[in-house]
Amino acid sequence: MKKSAYLFCFWGVLKREFQRSLQQRTRFISALVRPLLWLAVFAAGFRGTLEGMVIALYGTPVDYEVYITPGLIGMIILFNSMQSSLSMVYDREMGSMRVLLTSPLPRSYLLFCKLFAIALTSMLQVYAFLAVAFLFDVAPPALGYLTALPAILMGAFILGALGLLLASLIEQLENFAGVMNFVVFPLFFLSPALYPLTFMQDGNTWVYWACVINPFTYVVELIRHALYLDLNTPALLVNLVAFAVLTTAAVMGFDPARRMLHTKGPKGR
Amino acid sequence: MNIAYVFFTFKYVSVIQSPQQGVLALQFAANIQALSHNFAGRQVLKDVSFTLEQGAFVGLIGANGAGKTTLFSVLTRLIRATSGTVMLFGHDLQRSPAAALATLGIVFQQPTLDLDLSVLQNLQYHGAIQGMSPTHVQGRAQEELERLQLWDRRHERIRWLNGGHRRRVEIARALLHEPQLLLLDEATSSLDLESRIHLQRHIRSLIDARGLTVLWTTHLAEELERNDQVILLSRGEVHAQGQLSSLLTAAGVSDANQLMLNLSTART
Repeated sequence: MKKSAYLFCFWGVLKREFQRSLQQRTRFISALVRPLLWLAVFAAGFRGTLEGMVIALYGTPVDYEVYITPGLIGMIILFNSMQSSLSMVYDREMGSMRVLLTSPLPRSYLLFCKLFAIALTSMLQVYAFLAVAFLFDVAPPALGYLTALPAILMGAFILGALGLLLASLIEQLENFAGVMNFVVFPLFFLSPALYPLTFMQDGNTWVYWACVINPFTYVVELIRHALYLDLNTPALLVNLVAFAVLTTAAVMGFDPARRMLHTKGPKGR
Repeated sequence: MNIAYVFFTFKYVSVIQSPQQGVLALQFAANIQALSHNFAGRQVLKDVSFTLEQGAFVGLIGANGAGKTTLFSVLTRLIRATSGTVMLFGHDLQRSPAAALATLGIVFQQPTLDLDLSVLQNLQYHGAIQGMSPTHVQGRAQEELERLQLWDRRHERIRWLNGGHRRRVEIARALLHEPQLLLLDEATSSLDLESRIHLQRHIRSLIDARGLTVLWTTHLAEELERNDQVILLSRGEVHAQGQLSSLLTAAGVSDANQLMLNLSTART
């Protein structure tokens, strides 16, 4: 295979993901509505949560809206990754995954392209959200939008790889509801997305330690610091390890043939 | 060397020099040897061996559950057989998958188009994952879609096309990267009679026009012509292979349906 073939494939997979996103506008809008509801409604109710509390990164007491914005960015990435994994399970059940798998290009490369495409669509959603969040007085430094970009991309890769891994383990589309309950919600709530970890430490030690070992915690913290022009080195290290481990596991472990090989797909199609 | 043999060789198969071995080797479109596959403790393919000559139309027939789809999955590398080898135009499917898969055009039994994308977008995506440049894809897509009278509908979403048109798009897509061997798994099973006939004629015309080799998997014996080469699969084994008319004569029956029926009766 020529090197240019890899480039054409990369561009093709990316283009398809964007074309699908454009076709499924409601998915894009709902991906924005969810965090905006948290920002506009939930944050309004919990405005006093951080009253008088100085968080080192911000230097001064911050509004709750400002605090939860990086957490909501994490939420967007998390949900988009899981929905994209859902679409891979759907692709597998509907058969279009077979077309991808019979490409002469290496499967690991095809999956990498897919992961990258998922990460880029997440990024688009994140920046659309940040544009609306600006109206709610969430205004990080202008340069922060740029410095947060690699952190957002890395987070999207990590969570996309997690989604891919789950997609390879899920046998049926119906089982995906369980993923929301047993993976997405615990990942999100057991993190500093909504409250600083010190709150958890004071409240319940077990919950605190669950937050500490949760990779999503470090995705959120890396984004939070990057958005305010700071580098959280421990978070970066955990992100790098999670990125390496999950991407490798997802690409190596992904065997979409596991279920489809001996089925002929849905009847009557 | 026998003159008749030389004529046969030039007409049906190409002769290539193997640089490694320094011997002459016949290059078939496909050379399948001793293929066996086990699934869930059951042997679904048993020592399957056959060859496909270049430019041939070969029907792979068998009743439901005969192992056709499993064999198809092995040939397309969706699954790895428990044992045996698959050579496609001299490339080992396991050792050189990229070269082997590049020779294949595939139409699956199950529809595999993206319903939310247009006809052209589906072809563009396929071209991309085959490593084709966008300009090459555009040109080839136009050729194939025009041939199938679908160019005017290239911007329509697949969702709005009927079953026959969707199948035609899948054929165009399978031929987009100019494969040498076209594999079709029960490609007509969901089509009405008119669409089936149209599709068959189109595929057969490609053999003459492009020298394409076709492996046509079906359980509908009426889709085969008497001078077609046929591989008869039953319970995971190749029961018979050869020209359909010869097989019918040998079995003393008048059509392929009767042949398959006799086979299943004999096995129960």
